[in-house]
Amino acid sequence: MGTGDLALQYLLSGITKGSIYAVVAIGFNLIYSATGVLNLAQGEFIMLGGMVAVTLAHYVPLPVAVAGAVLVVTLVGCLLEWSLFRRLPNHSVLHLIIVTIGVSIVIQEASLHIWDEKVRSLPYFTGNEVSSIHLLGAAISPQVLWVLGTITVAVVALHGFLKYTLTGRAMRACSANPEAAMLAGINIRNMRTLSFGLSAGLGALAGCVISPITMTHYEMGAPLAIKGFAAAILGGLGNPMGAVAGGLLVGVLEAVSVSRMPAAYNDVAAFVVLLLVLFVRPHGIFGLPSGQAVREH
Amino acid sequence: MLLQVKNLRCGYGSLEAVRGASLHVCTGEIVGLLGANGAGKTSLLKALVGLLLPWSGEVRIAGRETSGQPAWRCVSNSTVLVPEGKMIFAEMSVRENLLVGGYHNPDRRMQMELVFERFPRLRERQGQVAGTLSGGEQQMLAIGRALMARPMLLLLDEPSMGLAPLMVKEVFAEIFRMKDAGVTVLLVEQNATATLKVADRAYVMETGEIVLEGDAGDLAHHPLVKRAYLGQRDEDDSGQPRQK
Ligand SMILES: Nc1ncnc2c1ncn2[C@@H]1O[C@H](COP(=O)(O)OP(=O)(O)OP(=O)(O)O)[C@@H](O)[C@H]1O
Ligand SMILES: [Mg+2]
Repeated sequence: MGTGDLALQYLLSGITKGSIYAVVAIGFNLIYSATGVLNLAQGEFIMLGGMVAVTLAHYVPLPVAVAGAVLVVTLVGCLLEWSLFRRLPNHSVLHLIIVTIGVSIVIQEASLHIWDEKVRSLPYFTGNEVSSIHLLGAAISPQVLWVLGTITVAVVALHGFLKYTLTGRAMRACSANPEAAMLAGINIRNMRTLSFGLSAGLGALAGCVISPITMTHYEMGAPLAIKGFAAAILGGLGNPMGAVAGGLLVGVLEAVSVSRMPAAYNDVAAFVVLLLVLFVRPHGIFGLPSGQAVREH
Repeated sequence: MLLQVKNLRCGYGSLEAVRGASLHVCTGEIVGLLGANGAGKTSLLKALVGLLLPWSGEVRIAGRETSGQPAWRCVSNSTVLVPEGKMIFAEMSVRENLLVGGYHNPDRRMQMELVFERFPRLRERQGQVAGTLSGGEQQMLAIGRALMARPMLLLLDEPSMGLAPLMVKEVFAEIFRMKDAGVTVLLVEQNATATLKVADRAYVMETGEIVLEGDAGDLAHHPLVKRAYLGQRDEDDSGQPRQK
């Protein structure tokens, strides 16, 4: 294999991981713009999605297991908002972040109890771990195509929902100006619950498609949350296209650093770039200085 | 009687912004609410729609007690507030702003046609990002968005604020036209001259209390109103209100 092919291989693996970070970042943005909460438990949705699907897959066909996992985790997300964040309005951003860290720990511990510390994974959606498709000289696992395809479709669907449906527009209205949205008769509490549900469901879907490649483990959520957070900041908090770009960027940087540097520096590269970008552009690459969110209510 | 407010008190923390205000608006009327800065006009409107929880008193809309309801219920009571400072959804298009305004109206697309007929400029600019509209256009959009919910009662909070004289005239003409559309209006304003011209009746509010009420024509000649809000001297009785 030539160096060019190798580079392509790294790029692909970077994009694959990056797409997961993008999902975390999008979930981040969804919740942040609707509620002002910076949800550091975002990675747990990915873990939960994988875990629930693995369990369900023992009893039902794979597609049903995935759908079931998305549904269950969506409900978990809604429940989280309804039982917790709805009851903590008027708290500072920092307080709410700490609450989300607590939530993340609780979900991890609960998962440890339910599923123990074993590494699990869903079966490959098509083929197995050795099957590969040759594309432009690189060998790609079909699962990579599943990941990229599924996430692309999900992100485009989410975009369409926010842009072209009444409920999606109402959600955006709530982010833009909650008071005016209420005056239009929109129940902003429900919109906030929905933002948690959507964000959780999207994460769960990503957790399912990625499971055959990265495996699912009860501790996998926290690092994903941090990298997704970095991706969201890079892309400019609240900017959906920025989240995708930021996610891919973090993923590719990570892949490149894996290929060039000792494994111990694995996570460093992405954060060095994050810091550099924030020095030059404090609002992220695609962010606007005015990008603010709702804190009241 | 469409709106009846009795002894309404509300405020922020320990600050009592509205101290036992009573007023009413009959169906089909345009009623003005005048008052200086900080009189409590905005607070009163907020309490009417549920953005502010009344401390005590009664708010009845079409005979139904509504105080204590969350703000998103006011649309179901056919009441819509156009808030101070317009509060349009800046990053969304004009069209989207209107559609969100018709959130509870199943005929929102038909209603949008009516709004476009009323405000042709909004039709021309329906694809434009609302935040880039001029101040006057934004006010039109805010009123148009409120009409999307097909309200019986429209509460307007200083719609002429920050607009050039020509635009102010246009806004007041629009308000007067609400009568034809069968919309009842409670109009909060600092522009007493224009308000008393379009209104049937008016109230004057000072430091949280209603201090004066009456027919718009009578109030325009009331010494207090003339002195404090129309900027006229008492002996000037020409009937033609003069600007300061
Ligand atoms: N969010 C708030 N928190 C605390 N105090 C407030 C708040 N909003 C208004 N107030 C106070 O309540 C009083 C009444 O304010 P309000 O906005 O109702 O007056 P207004 O008649 O609408 O004035 P303006 O004509 O300037 O809009 C003022 O003393 C104001 O400082
Ligand atoms: Mg005011």
